Amino acid sequence: MQVSMTVNGVAHEADVDPRTLLVHFLREALDLTGTKIGCDTSQCGACTVHLNGKVLKSCTLLAVQADGCEVTTIEGLAEAGEHHPMQTAFWENHGLQCGYCTPGMIMASAAFVRDNPGASEAEIRHYLEGNICRCTGYHNIVKAVKQVADAAAAT
Amino acid sequence: MSTRIFGSGIKRREDPRLITGEARYTDDIKLPGVLHMAVVRSPYAHANIVGIDSSAAEAMDGVVAVYTSEDIGDGLAGLPTAWLIPDSDLKTPEHPALAKGKVRYVGDGVAIVLADDRYRAQDAADAVVVEYEELPAVIDPEEAAAEGAPLIHDDVEGNIAFRWAPFDKEASDAVFEAADVVVSERILQQRLLPTAMEPRAAMAQYNPATQELTLWCTSQNPHIHRFIISAVTGLNENKVRVIAPEVGGGFGSKIPCYPDEALVSWASIKLGVPVKWTETRSENYLITIHGRDHVQHVEMAASNDGKLLGVRATVYAGMGGYLSTAAPGIPTILHGLLYVGPYTIDSIYCESIGVMTNGTPTDAYRGAGRPEATFLLERMVDNVARALDMDPVELRRKNLIPAFEDGYDVAAGLTYDSGDYPAAFEKALDMAGYSDFRQAQADAQAQGRYLGIGVTAYTEMCGLGPSQVAGAVGFQGGLWESATVRVTPTGKVQALIGASPHGQGSETTLAQIISEELGFPVEDIEVVHGDTTETPMGWGTYGSRTTPVTGAALAHASRKLKEKARVLAAHLMEANVDDIEYADGNFSVKGSPDQAQSIQDVALMAHLAWNMPEGMDPGFEESQFYDPPNFVYPFGTHIAIVEVDAETGEIELQRYIAVDDCGPQINPEVVAGQIHGGVVQGAAQALCEGVIYSDDGQLLTGTMQDYCMPKADMFPNFELGETVTPSPHHPIGVKGVGETGTIASTPTVYNAVLDALAPLGVEQLDMPLTSAKVWGAIQAARS
Repeated sequence: MQVSMTVNGVAHEADVDPRTLLVHFLREALDLTGTKIGCDTSQCGACTVHLNGKVLKSCTLLAVQADGCEVTTIEGLAEAGEHHPMQTAFWENHGLQCGYCTPGMIMASAAFVRDNPGASEAEIRHYLEGNICRCTGYHNIVKAVKQVADAAAAT
Repeated sequence: MSTRIFGSGIKRREDPRLITGEARYTDDIKLPGVLHMAVVRSPYAHANIVGIDSSAAEAMDGVVAVYTSEDIGDGLAGLPTAWLIPDSDLKTPEHPALAKGKVRYVGDGVAIVLADDRYRAQDAADAVVVEYEELPAVIDPEEAAAEGAPLIHDDVEGNIAFRWAPFDKEASDAVFEAADVVVSERILQQRLLPTAMEPRAAMAQYNPATQELTLWCTSQNPHIHRFIISAVTGLNENKVRVIAPEVGGGFGSKIPCYPDEALVSWASIKLGVPVKWTETRSENYLITIHGRDHVQHVEMAASNDGKLLGVRATVYAGMGGYLSTAAPGIPTILHGLLYVGPYTIDSIYCESIGVMTNGTPTDAYRGAGRPEATFLLERMVDNVARALDMDPVELRRKNLIPAFEDGYDVAAGLTYDSGDYPAAFEKALDMAGYSDFRQAQADAQAQGRYLGIGVTAYTEMCGLGPSQVAGAVGFQGGLWESATVRVTPTGKVQALIGASPHGQGSETTLAQIISEELGFPVEDIEVVHGDTTETPMGWGTYGSRTTPVTGAALAHASRKLKEKARVLAAHLMEANVDDIEYADGNFSVKGSPDQAQSIQDVALMAHLAWNMPEGMDPGFEESQFYDPPNFVYPFGTHIAIVEVDAETGEIELQRYIAVDDCGPQINPEVVAGQIHGGVVQGAAQALCEGVIYSDDGQLLTGTMQDYCMPKADMFPNFELGETVTPSPHHPIGVKGVGETGTIASTPTVYNAVLDALAPLGVEQLDMPLTSAKVWGAIQAARS
């Protein structure tokens, strides 16, 4: 099946097997391997991307269902060579260790804070329930997201 | 270079590639012409293979080949068990890469399919028809060791793979007979799923022209993988290159060499094209090693005035269907030797029975044997406190080993390196406000609220370890590390290490060590790891050993370079070597500070070699093999405060205080991260994680939907503290900290919950403490 979508601002057209998951399309066809796969039941959130600006676990959608959509992956989050504030905050706060959940964590958190500036720690912890990290114990992830949420509320 | 880098919580050097998605993990690497491998796996825990019909699969689009163990023949030797513990009547049953005639756990590989696409490979694997004759299965290790249990390997009589009991039983019995008080408990250390976020993956590329095999795989120890892949394929070790690229966590599960890694290697050799395999999470839960799985019968003896006299335990340790790479060493050497803990306990006894079962093979999982020891010890200390009607904190305080700086021999035969357990203990109690807590607890109870506190004092053995000890305990390898500090002519540093970090931040902390020793800015230091061709031999990253062992190798290599630099600088400045002063990367002549050579100047001159002192070789590079003279023993005290809702059984972890001592902290933020993550991993064992099998050996917790991984909303922010007691035998005094959090937190949280439940009449529960289980126990106690 033909599918066309704009990924990180670049238009793509491809012929895909209709059963191809969006995450496999991004990783295999477009070689955007920053989006990770950590489970097969949509629990872990490692594959989180933005679809038309909304947060989406890209293992839950077929590539053909994203036809005509705008997709942003971790590779497209930085603007004009500058890290997104959430990327900076994860780095500054040691919000990552092995880095495998990190792209999904950052994509999910960036959208959450955009929509919820000033979010409380409890709200952040509740929201992050959809993204699993095995390394950090979440402590520094929450700290990073809170830093960006506080800054967003202040501006 | 003026900022002092050692001890500073600088940002990690590895993060820019990780936060942008540019890092390349094994499955991210693409090779042209690659074939995808899917594995046909047994749906039964125990069955004979009657027949395999792959004709339908072979006819499917894109399928290149289907192979069974018969096709492999002697093309692959069985996977070796590499920890041959002595004096235990150890049996090592054959572990073929694909099952031969019989499957022994759900997920055991039966055939492999190679196809041009991963979806098609899986479709074809599903189309392979295997006829099985199902056999009775056994999962519980104690049941598997009982008479009449189904026999899993013909050559492992009674399913007993080993029986390890190195201590004096008579002496132990005498202590228990004479003791005022003996408490006992049957403790279940439930099976856990390590769940590194990156599932395992392997890709092999064999070059028929050069007869060289390159294997990219998710490994914590690529040099060990090279060793084993060479052994099982028959290729010379110098024709095998193993690359662990970015690796997304391990927690022990990426130490073993698995069938899959051997199979992609064999298939690539067979077909002459690259072959790739990536497991799904469901597959990971079936076939990647599990942790723990002990049934422990534990007793502790004490005197009426609260002196802890002895610990003894019989442990049935489930090994699963095969003996994984390091499996026999985990419930024995890394477990029974830890029964003294931080206490003045003079008598210990452990009989550890390794039992084959029809579960997934078990092996080292974060802490590996030591969490299981610390849990039983701390659980029993609380039980003694209850039996004596003594405050558990007072009981611990009374029995802690006093501070020591250089060596303390314990009944286990170990010599602890250094410790000040009382200092960490009191600091944690202060942070928690223990003296006020008991009143708050009583006040809450008067209002029908149930608060509990758990206090764990621990020490553990890590930084594995002296190679001579490794040999004495049957570990089929050394436990040293090697490192090269290579400085380029322009004064940039490459540090090549044999260890293979996979999330620990070692590219940063090891660079901080070099920076501290030689004065290079940390930004100018690259730590190179993970590729057996690029790096010197090393035994890998596990057992909290990379900072203590590799760190020591780097410190020594750096000091050799510094000495060379000092002599060369003296020569260049026409000064006496004894008159050379060093500070922050600069060598100057005593009394004439304007005459100086930077370390970069010296490195350039060493490379140019235009003007060398007589007898000095050119170049600016030094290597060091470092075999530690002893283990390191970090320690500390952890405290949890919980509230249990008596109406729902729900547990709220309200506060968690951790005071850890790992010697001088190179990067406190990295240390904190290790503790945070370890605490959650251990607390989750107490609260929610646990493998469930059906009686016939089906894994019921086979996805993340069914296995309860800890989530962000289950935890508070952690309160960390530290004390600093350097290791006397280490060049920079550091101890490992990768496992302490996991080791201390399980009993801390468990004991806190049981403390809260005490007034409700609940005295014992098996982990995990789910709300359903807690609620049920409260109901049962009330009725």
